[in-house]
Amino acid sequence: MTDLSARNSLLARRRAAEARFRRYGAAALALTTLFLAFLLWDVAAKGWPAFLEHRVALPVAIDPARAAAGDFDGLVKDAILAQFPEAQSRSQRKAVLALFSRDGETQVARQLAADPGLSGKTITADLLLSDTADLHLKGIAPLADATAITALTEKLPVTRAFAWRFFSNGDSREAEQAGLRGALIGSLLTVAVALGLGLVFGVAAAVYLEEFAPKNRFTDFIEVNINNLAAVPSIIFGLLGLAMFLNVFGLPRSSPLVGGLVLSLLVLPTIIIAARAALKAVPPSIKEAALGVGASEQQAVFHHVLPLALPGILTGAILGMARAFGETAPLLMIGMVAFIADVPRGITEAATVLPVQIYLWSDLPELAFRSKTAAAILVLIAVLFAANALAIYLRNRFERRW
Amino acid sequence: MNQISSVQPAPAPVRILAERPEKMAARGVNIHYGDKHAIKDLSITIPDRAVSSFIGPSGCGKSTFLRALNRMNDTIPSCRMTGDITLDGRNINGRDVDPVQLRSHVGMVFQKPNPFPKSIFENVAYGPRIHGLTASTTDLEERVVESLKKAGLFEEVKDRLHQPGTGLSGGQQQRLCIARAIAVNPEVILMDEPCSALDPIATAKIEELIDELRQNYCIVIVTHSMQQAARVSQLTAFFHLGTLVEFGDTDKIFTAPRDPRTQDYITGRFG
Amino acid sequence: MTTATRTGFAASTRSTAGRRRFEGVVRIILLACSGVAVATTLGILASVLFESVVFFREVSPLAFLFGTQWSPTGSPPAFGLVPLLAGTLLITLIALATATPLGLFSAIYLSEYASPRLRRVLKPVLEMLAGVPTVVLGFFAALTVAPFIRQAGTAIGLDVASESALAAGLVMGMMIVPLISSLSDDIINAVPQSLRDGSLAMGATPSETVKRVVLPAALPGIASAIILAISRAIGETMIVVMAAGLAANLTFNPLAAVSTITVQIATLLVGDQEFDSAKTLAAFALGLVLFFFTLALNIAALRLVRKYRQHYD
Repeated sequence: MTDLSARNSLLARRRAAEARFRRYGAAALALTTLFLAFLLWDVAAKGWPAFLEHRVALPVAIDPARAAAGDFDGLVKDAILAQFPEAQSRSQRKAVLALFSRDGETQVARQLAADPGLSGKTITADLLLSDTADLHLKGIAPLADATAITALTEKLPVTRAFAWRFFSNGDSREAEQAGLRGALIGSLLTVAVALGLGLVFGVAAAVYLEEFAPKNRFTDFIEVNINNLAAVPSIIFGLLGLAMFLNVFGLPRSSPLVGGLVLSLLVLPTIIIAARAALKAVPPSIKEAALGVGASEQQAVFHHVLPLALPGILTGAILGMARAFGETAPLLMIGMVAFIADVPRGITEAATVLPVQIYLWSDLPELAFRSKTAAAILVLIAVLFAANALAIYLRNRFERRW
Repeated sequence: MNQISSVQPAPAPVRILAERPEKMAARGVNIHYGDKHAIKDLSITIPDRAVSSFIGPSGCGKSTFLRALNRMNDTIPSCRMTGDITLDGRNINGRDVDPVQLRSHVGMVFQKPNPFPKSIFENVAYGPRIHGLTASTTDLEERVVESLKKAGLFEEVKDRLHQPGTGLSGGQQQRLCIARAIAVNPEVILMDEPCSALDPIATAKIEELIDELRQNYCIVIVTHSMQQAARVSQLTAFFHLGTLVEFGDTDKIFTAPRDPRTQDYITGRFG
Repeated sequence: MTTATRTGFAASTRSTAGRRRFEGVVRIILLACSGVAVATTLGILASVLFESVVFFREVSPLAFLFGTQWSPTGSPPAFGLVPLLAGTLLITLIALATATPLGLFSAIYLSEYASPRLRRVLKPVLEMLAGVPTVVLGFFAALTVAPFIRQAGTAIGLDVASESALAAGLVMGMMIVPLISSLSDDIINAVPQSLRDGSLAMGATPSETVKRVVLPAALPGIASAIILAISRAIGETMIVVMAAGLAANLTFNPLAAVSTITVQIATLLVGDQEFDSAKTLAAFALGLVLFFFTLALNIAALRLVRKYRQHYD
């Protein structure tokens, strides 16, 4: 009897241990999932305000003489101050002017250039509010002295709208004007270079290693090399880019060309490994069939095996590109980290990319840049999400069961 | 003279071979797979315009030898061959022979139907295209239709030539593969257990087809089914442990084998 | 054969010489493309070695390897690696302490307990986490995790640096969880089902089977996964650049600010640089150290995996 009860209590202990072990596993997964969820929620919560902006429709009287002299800045300032007759002291006027972004000048100039007949009349300028006023209205960071902004909202219609300029503007020192266009174009150019080179070299290497390479020590050496390269820290590729591409070959610094070169080497192992897996998945009977009717090895591979492996290769390439798109560290080394307000127009011009833009903005002291950073992260994650969805779609659409 | 080529001592002359011209011949062929000695000192003469079948227990080397006849073994790095194999008296392993070119003369049909995942038309057209056998598109179309007709498939697929070949039934796929092989005008067609993946009705159709094709081709077929060998072939070779035990008139092999091992195999004592 | 003209094998000549020459060229091109990987490795070696040699002409290798002070901008500048190694090690240890249990338990749960449906949901979650760019994790570490740890620490009376090693290490650990879990998952799945069946048939509980049979069998593979994770942690840049400090303190206090090899490489090379200054060259010497550390770890991991595979096939 005692023996039985001892065994029963042992069994109870073992059952408890089993349940505990299982709970550890579930907890680990729950924690990881929660981390990801919290990360995304945190970024979204910080980032959404950057997609909205506040604008105000301001009547501006165009004095022909001043317009002719090009003093649009003065015209806009006077128009603003005209709305605030109570602001008399220098500091009050400064506080009022600080509510507005500085793009009124160019807006008025552009309207006038389009229609010179407006001179002498009163036009309406759609002025953007400054970052501090914007944050106050969004309730994120109330201004210490709210008199000016309160007066503004009472006098003029303030509208809240989607901030298209976040996508159509380049980088700017003014938080409310800063946008991602330059970084997005820079990323596009850089990734295009990386994709082009990575795909050509990666697929060629995969075809050689999987289909034609003799089994010898040199082939082994190449394979070991590729595996090791896949695990080399990305910042080391930056050092390679700096020492080789910039200093030895003298390629243009900060350019998408060099960025793309570096990233193509970085994703090369990924593409080679994915492409080899895709080639391996094509059944050998297809190659044999081609050889059987007298196709050469190369004809068999290029006519039959490679086209059939293409969806798999593309899936791998997209995932490799997603990695390149999110990569930051090596690009810091080759100078893609400078403040660049212009949108790059070619692969040899100075540019920055989206992740580097995020890094740059995250370092800035203005509060408005914090939400811009988070919003840029949302854009980055959205692009990566789309790329992954495309890869999954391709995989499902073209997956072949043999 | 050396009309039958068996390693067994004192083979009696086989009448049927004397009547048929030699198409392919092997002399003292040895094949190694890595450490494995798969074919041991094998000699054989294969006649034209007849079906020769290779039978024997699995692992006896019959498929390995078949693949040596169009140098498909070249694609296996660990495979080494010595000895001579000739086609119309010319050494197929000669320095001046491109295996690719050889395979356009010696076609092959595989165990599992392996159509390219392309349209029926493209499957058949592929060979003529890469070998530049046709001058124009109409030429090519004619060749495809002719090959499909010879393979007895045309009537079944004439309305869907541009649909994927992989959509056909197993038996149709295999006939498509035969049409694909015929389309490059081979002289010899090798078939490696062409019916092992098919149902009996499809098998019957393929066998019928093989019987028709022998009017124009030298056909070599590897089969695991003795009944099939008896039905389709005029000559039968029995392989055992990498050696050719006996080769001769199919009727003789099945009714009066000379070697006790052949006797044992066909009566089902091993295999 | 009525219409076609048969050339006949015996009569055929080698008409394919042109094609063979062309294919020879194609083959060489393909081989050259495979060589790009080798060239990259050589290029990396050349880049870091060449500049490092120049650096070691100015700073003695001994002072570099054993110096306990790192201040490249100080006067006189000091290039002692020890505080950076300590900082890298500290953050890596924190990351591993986070990632190993989470990753391993996740893998065990996914492969041994989870229903296929749950697996289908959770695997993409882990893949998503693996796909989050490190600059995003760095932002999260610097702006959310670090302030939180600082507040929590202050609340219980601890002195926490605003850029604590703990914040960077924790977030880096979360980054590594998918790596460990996916590698371990593969390895655990490769353990033959017959081993599990044998254990379960003797009346062992699933957890006993995992602990006594599956894990010991998978141990070399899991060890190699952890080694790869260490290599990833050492080489990770953005999280530490954004969330760890620049001050190279020689300390093992996880609440203090430390600096790492990668942070220093990034800092020394960002912005305007002259190529002859010891400050810039030091980055390449650090790169050399980093390259050899990660290379050694990768080779060790690959060896382990290879040995393990031979064991089972």
